[in-house]
Amino acid sequence: MIGPSTNSTDRHVVIIGNGISGVTCARNIRKKDFQTRITIISGETAHFFSRTALMYIYMGHMKYEHTKPYEDWFWEKNRIELKQAWVDRVDFEEKNLIFSDKSQMQYDVLVLATGSKPNKYGWKGQELNGVQGLYSMQDLELMEKNTHEIQKAVVVGGGLIGIEMAEMLMSRDIPVTFLVREKNFWDNILPVEESKLINRHILEHHIDLRLETELEEIIDDGNGKVKAVKTKSGEVISCEFVGLTVGVSPNIDFLNKGNESNSEKPTLELSRGILIDAYFKTNIPDVYAIGDCAEFKNAPAPDRKSIEQVWYTGRMHGETLAHNLTSRKSVSYKPGIWFNSAKFLDIEYQTYGFVPANIGDNEDSFYWEASNGKACLRLFFSKSDQKLLGINAFGWRLRHEYFDKAISKGYSLEKVISEIDKANFNPEFYKPFHEEVLKKYNMEFGKTLKLQKQSFFKKLIGSRA
Amino acid sequence: MNIILRIGLILFVLGLAIFSVLPFIGSYQLEQEMVENEVKDIHLDAMVEVLRPMYGQYYESNFAFISDFNENFDNYNEKLKANEDWDKVIWDDYAYPLTKAASTGPVSQNPYFYLAITVCLGVLGGLMYIFPLHRNEPEGIKNDGIYFSSMKARGLLGIITGTWLIVFYIILYWFPAYLTNLILMVDPLSIALSGNPASQWFLYGFIYTLAIVVMGIRMFRKYKGNAYQTIRTASVMFFQLAFAFLLPEILVLLNMPWHDFKNIWPLDYSFFYDYRIDGMLSSGALGMFMLVWGIILIVLGVPIFTYFYGKRWYCSWVCGCGGLAETLGDPYRQLSDKSLKSWQIERYMIHGVLVFAVLMTAVTIANYFSGFAILGNATDQLHSVYGFLIGSAFAGVIGTGFYPLMGNRVWCRFGCPLAAYLGLVQRFKSRFRITTNGGQCISCGNCSTYCEMGIDVRWYAQRGQNIVRSSCVGCGVCSAVCPRGVLKLENADEEGRINEMPIIIGNKSITVKS
Repeated sequence: MIGPSTNSTDRHVVIIGNGISGVTCARNIRKKDFQTRITIISGETAHFFSRTALMYIYMGHMKYEHTKPYEDWFWEKNRIELKQAWVDRVDFEEKNLIFSDKSQMQYDVLVLATGSKPNKYGWKGQELNGVQGLYSMQDLELMEKNTHEIQKAVVVGGGLIGIEMAEMLMSRDIPVTFLVREKNFWDNILPVEESKLINRHILEHHIDLRLETELEEIIDDGNGKVKAVKTKSGEVISCEFVGLTVGVSPNIDFLNKGNESNSEKPTLELSRGILIDAYFKTNIPDVYAIGDCAEFKNAPAPDRKSIEQVWYTGRMHGETLAHNLTSRKSVSYKPGIWFNSAKFLDIEYQTYGFVPANIGDNEDSFYWEASNGKACLRLFFSKSDQKLLGINAFGWRLRHEYFDKAISKGYSLEKVISEIDKANFNPEFYKPFHEEVLKKYNMEFGKTLKLQKQSFFKKLIGSRA
Repeated sequence: MNIILRIGLILFVLGLAIFSVLPFIGSYQLEQEMVENEVKDIHLDAMVEVLRPMYGQYYESNFAFISDFNENFDNYNEKLKANEDWDKVIWDDYAYPLTKAASTGPVSQNPYFYLAITVCLGVLGGLMYIFPLHRNEPEGIKNDGIYFSSMKARGLLGIITGTWLIVFYIILYWFPAYLTNLILMVDPLSIALSGNPASQWFLYGFIYTLAIVVMGIRMFRKYKGNAYQTIRTASVMFFQLAFAFLLPEILVLLNMPWHDFKNIWPLDYSFFYDYRIDGMLSSGALGMFMLVWGIILIVLGVPIFTYFYGKRWYCSWVCGCGGLAETLGDPYRQLSDKSLKSWQIERYMIHGVLVFAVLMTAVTIANYFSGFAILGNATDQLHSVYGFLIGSAFAGVIGTGFYPLMGNRVWCRFGCPLAAYLGLVQRFKSRFRITTNGGQCISCGNCSTYCEMGIDVRWYAQRGQNIVRSSCVGCGVCSAVCPRGVLKLENADEEGRINEMPIIIGNKSITVKS
């Protein structure tokens, strides 16, 4: 079925970047528009793969082919053309792409979904051999080479990629020293109890975690290779590999190449990322940006950042732009309730809604932690009306659907506490936490909430709470 | 590598090596009274004459003995066949019982010693290797290095293991005479359990059960902290040990037919064969119970349990084939093919086998009730074709031999007619599904990679769709390996279970039907 598409005949949509944003955009254009010619360009890999799974390739859980969400025939069947090449520069006036091999490609609509690149903050020695970030397939291949038969590694930066890199190295029995600038792991995002729970888990995995430790410089072995790192406190830690995982920033350097000096040619408006409005439009007509590389001029919602560097938001950008490119009526990007997840070594983390690292005067939170210190729950609510605003869960899988509803409908803290078993998503036969949570809540709030017992029959047939 | 672990590995390999060469030691000498003991009355006169040249001769190996036996035996049969004297042709396999009787090697004199240095040594080594695994490690997914492993990623070790298993199965099914030493060494155990000497099937059942128990312990180590995996593994260990191994032997001791109460037609394809029916009918109240219970399982057990729990209640909690796949086969689960093509082939094959099994059984039953008037011996032909192709070659040689090559569920996925039946119920009338948790999937691929049934779980998860597939055996590993808590096996209301146009939660701009 051909959808209500606008000017679809003979149109060529070119998407730079075959990550989740670009691919989702291409797939959703094709679903609604049978005719548009779609090309996805990537220099990184021939086919779409799951970037979040890079670590599992290194750890031997999967091979590259397993990380491809669609089989290779999928693209031809859906007439999505794939071109593996690096774009050298873009001629926005002529609507032309110039590749690194000097070949060219015309477009009618250009979607920039170029992703991120690892940050480097100008440390001395950051360009030495054995020093790298981790974002792309090429980074993974380099890491494979850089860590071959080494005895010791240092990872700098206490975020999601940092702990992944530490886990990757530990899976190959390479001892890791993990330098974290903050007081606790990821504590600019997590409240202190959650951060400390992860601190303990990192130590349990025999990772040498150094909190409040900053990198001063990386020391050369005399042959252009890393020999050690020096911290701000002057300590020298010898190592053969340094992982720099201090965040990522939009990958946009090539976009104005060849355009800057020529004032007649249009240039793309950039800030930290490619500046876009709520419709993903850049300052140049028919050029759009989505995913990690895009920067909203106005953040999509009060609790949202202007650059969204998460898998899920990339997907939503792609879906929404595809809608706008195939429909007469454009919609602005309106994300729903925030959600995210991660896994810190063995402990899974899910969050729904908004939970700040530091709690303000108008809000409060209820925190429960399992006695083994490996699972916890934080419900964040507004003081005035006790409505749930967000939740953090560690070591406890919870239903997205439930919390999407609970937060958007403003369920009260007490309602959520009393029926949280409805949201339990842990596998069958796992120890239920509900009773412990109720006990803690009753104690703190002077209540007498009781566990609703399930009938024997319902238990027997394994019915949902 | 831990020292105990290393010694364990050496002991295991040593036990396996002795087990593999044991069939080829010893000597053989046939006497007339052995023939008189082993051969049926109707063949006795002929066989005593046919084998006369062999009496008193000393053979240094089973190869020499069996080849001489075959020469004499085939000579006799070929002559009869040439004269089209079909009634006199001997179809029974006497090579195995006579080789066993003629064995004079050290094994028959000292079976316990040989059992100790083969099977027991292997088990001991296996346990020494398994117990230290993941000691002092936090609970979690232990898949590090699987794709760097020669054994687990179709490397040389995997190919050698697969070849060993394939050869073992071929000898076991079609040339058991060569395994006499191994069977002799479990004779005392068989006599203790059932009062009868061991057959190749007793040897097989014994090793099979040990494999499930030892590798089940490995599952406890590997999935430490995962209650679903632990309980499920304990269940398959129990059903194999109690229902498939001990109970049937005890029944034989009590002069009852060998019967596995948890095996269900059409996996138990011979359930309606005349000798089985006669055996049950002639065994009093317990025999009648076997028949009625078997039929209840088919017509009520399968649909009712599958409605409430999905086919997992059988395939990954009770079944013996499933039990082996989930324990011995666990290291190979990632090798199943996930392509759309393989799913298409799978559906033709498994439903083809189901149709074959149902037709064969229908003919068998019709023939039985008509007093063999309609088709005469045609059912025997059907039975032997099915037994050869499906029962032995597919379920055994390919089913287990291909573990290290095509994953641990080749038989369950492509061939098992009971799985096909359970799957039809699961697909169309069940409360079981794998629920996808909203929009949390990151398409990493762990679920699909570790699905032993070759289901592309990610295809569903990334579009926010529940997984409802006839082949899913509910092993729960997709849920275990998911790093973002996206998958949950559960039984719940049928409403909303199948959702062809799922919506991923989280984007309020538009409603995207994936």
